[in-house]
Amino acid sequence: MGIELLGKTNINFIGLRRYAFVLSAILVTVGIIAFVQLVRGQGNLGIDFAGGTAVQLKFEKEVEMDKVRSVLDANGFKDSELQHFTEGNKLLIQLKKSKEASDPKIGDRLVAIFTKEFTGNKFVVDSLTIIGPKVGKNLQHDTLIAVIISAIGMIVYIAWRFEFSFGFAACAATFHDVLSVLGIFFLLGKEVNLLLVTALLTLAGYSLTDTVVVYDRIRENLRLRTKDFLGDVINSSINEVLSRTIVTSLTVFLVLLALFFFGGEVIHDFSFALLIGIVIGTYSSIFVASPIVFEWRKGKKVRIRSKR
Amino acid sequence: MWRSIQWRVGLIVALLVISILFIIPTLAGSLPKWWTKFFPSEKINLGLDLRGGMHLLLEVEVQKAVDSALDKYGSDIKDALTKKDIPFEKVERTADAKIGIVLPDSKANDRFNQVRSDQYSNLKVASFREQGGKFLYSLEMNPKEAKSIEESAVRQGLETIRNRVDQFGVAEPVIVPQGEDQILVQLPGIKDPQRAIELIGRTALLEFKLVDDENSLEEALKGNIPPGDEVIYQKVTDKDTGVVTRRPYLIKKRALMTGDVLTDARMRIKSDFNEPYVSIDFDARGARLFDQITAENVKKRLAIVLDNNVYSAPVIQERISGGKAQITGSFTPEEASDLGIVLRAGALPAPVKIIQNVTVGPSLGEDSIRKGIHAAVIGSALVVVFMAVYYGLSGLIADWALVLNIIYLLGAFAAMRATLTLPGIAGIILAIGMAVDSNVLMFERIREELRMGKTPRAAVDAGYDKALFTIIDSHVTTLITAMVLFQFGTGPIKGFAVTLSMGVIINLFSALIGTKVIFDWINTKKQLKTLSI
Repeated sequence: MGIELLGKTNINFIGLRRYAFVLSAILVTVGIIAFVQLVRGQGNLGIDFAGGTAVQLKFEKEVEMDKVRSVLDANGFKDSELQHFTEGNKLLIQLKKSKEASDPKIGDRLVAIFTKEFTGNKFVVDSLTIIGPKVGKNLQHDTLIAVIISAIGMIVYIAWRFEFSFGFAACAATFHDVLSVLGIFFLLGKEVNLLLVTALLTLAGYSLTDTVVVYDRIRENLRLRTKDFLGDVINSSINEVLSRTIVTSLTVFLVLLALFFFGGEVIHDFSFALLIGIVIGTYSSIFVASPIVFEWRKGKKVRIRSKR
Repeated sequence: MWRSIQWRVGLIVALLVISILFIIPTLAGSLPKWWTKFFPSEKINLGLDLRGGMHLLLEVEVQKAVDSALDKYGSDIKDALTKKDIPFEKVERTADAKIGIVLPDSKANDRFNQVRSDQYSNLKVASFREQGGKFLYSLEMNPKEAKSIEESAVRQGLETIRNRVDQFGVAEPVIVPQGEDQILVQLPGIKDPQRAIELIGRTALLEFKLVDDENSLEEALKGNIPPGDEVIYQKVTDKDTGVVTRRPYLIKKRALMTGDVLTDARMRIKSDFNEPYVSIDFDARGARLFDQITAENVKKRLAIVLDNNVYSAPVIQERISGGKAQITGSFTPEEASDLGIVLRAGALPAPVKIIQNVTVGPSLGEDSIRKGIHAAVIGSALVVVFMAVYYGLSGLIADWALVLNIIYLLGAFAAMRATLTLPGIAGIILAIGMAVDSNVLMFERIREELRMGKTPRAAVDAGYDKALFTIIDSHVTTLITAMVLFQFGTGPIKGFAVTLSMGVIINLFSALIGTKVIFDWINTKKQLKTLSI
């Protein structure tokens, strides 16, 4: 009664690995550039990391963005970044670069200016966030530690459950996913903030789960088919779990779509990051994680230490 | 087999009932009295981003507390030297948190050293120089004492802020220390954030100082400030135009008394002008001091200085005993009432700086909850339909596990009194998406086994067995990230980590026990020929 999306497949994934490596190399390079730029303070870093002020106003009527821009320019807020959410007439103003961007009084000044200039269009302050530069620096530091610790935790776990080559490859694939999404965000000029980092860490966990499922099957098959070529074993393992991989990615994708379209502006970018992350994560557990294990072990004996 | 099924069904139902009991208070508007007696009555805790409110991170400028302790040492030493007729040229706190002392000759030096070892042994000599017959000392506080002053500045600051917030009246405030010198203040549902900031962030150091009428204010404004004096301003608001001007005063630096001798401070209204002011009551020591000060300085002006702003500087007409005074100024009733609060609660031992302020209005929070629920419902519906279509009747069993999952998750959330944040809602939604993962793993495995020609019963058992370790492995990896996020994340992110990790654990349970029991039950009823999967 059920449907089968794929049925039995027989795709030579290992044979395709060179193309995959080229694509991945491009994605990862962009990601590394993005990371370096962000560390140097060049990219679009959110105020939670960079320090600054964000004010979100909700207007009664439609906001004329031209007027907003000119009012801000006239009042010495030339550096402000604007984001307009037409649904609900919301306006997000962010101040990052200037020295006074995290002055505790600046939010009130902005509100006062808008109250004066937009008398015909009443508004309420949806949110006001002011973050001092020191808090941002601390958060950058803490985030980096969190990323490193979770990476180590994952390698250790996978290495314990499987073997070091698997642990390394799984970790490489995970970093590949995280860097790819970071790179895409950078190219799109989207903001890198704490929510994005949360999304990336979640993605890391998800992508690893995906990889583990493939590895599990590879390990199982390696034990059963000790005489076959490593490449063949890996290929058929991936083919066997392919429909599972696609189906679970699909279900997660479905809920993320709901979150993306209906979840509101605050988690819009968060769900967007996870959406592309799921696609890349699924790709990498098939085309990156397993081929790395193949490259690592192809010269060695096929037998693998079994542990259950 | 039958026993084992009964046992598992019992566990599932029991947990289901408990979860629902914990969820009901959140869903129901009001609960009957008998309910609250026996059952949980707490609603799910909402984070500031969902209920609206203010989150402030304050940094206590602890160095200022050390500096003022040094100032006190400085004037102490001065007094001691004067009392013993020991000549000195200079005793003052320097910018690098030391006390600089200059003595004119060796006799003074010997006698100073006597005083120092007798009374100030806790001040260490940081450097000593003899230059042109003069003796130059630089004294510093011992690090242990400085440390304890810093710590107590944070502790007292925390207490004072808690006092102020309590008197201001905020439901469920959170006021806790963070790190070495920071204080975290969370005020849910606050209506007037600006007023709260003024109230919390103000040092509220009240000082009574004499106005120096012997020296010229004009000269001082040109830069020739007489030693021991300072220029402090008063903000004057013109009642008709609302224009604010600053009026300078030449004031003697030494504070005759400070606000620590207050017992009460309240807003009062002058009946003839309908003008609010703050009336203050001194304790016995304060009353005595005030009496003495006013007696000694009749016809002079006494400035009431709060946080380095002159509020008023009335001429002392006569000696004032009775231990009462008043602070006037052009106050609004709110300002006067808030000033009363901060004076009653006492001054902060050191000024605080707001280094983080996240304020969320109530409308955004409501919006987020509505949208979050909306997205969750649509997302779950999509998954439920997909599973039913793709896996047939088995898909419905997976959907049953999904429903179990959501109810357990919400129940656990309410039971643990965890805080739900917006990223937390996203975490729940994500957990819904991942919840079916375990079932998909098993179903795909069962399909494989069926393809190999096994009977449905054997295929289900083998499928579960083989998928088990994969499921555990994959869940543990997600759990690792969730734990790290919890450890390092702040506020909303913590909320996300909590939902995600609870989601993962509950997921394991509902997949391994919740669905399996149904397959087993169907199998005991009749020997299946085909399996809808």
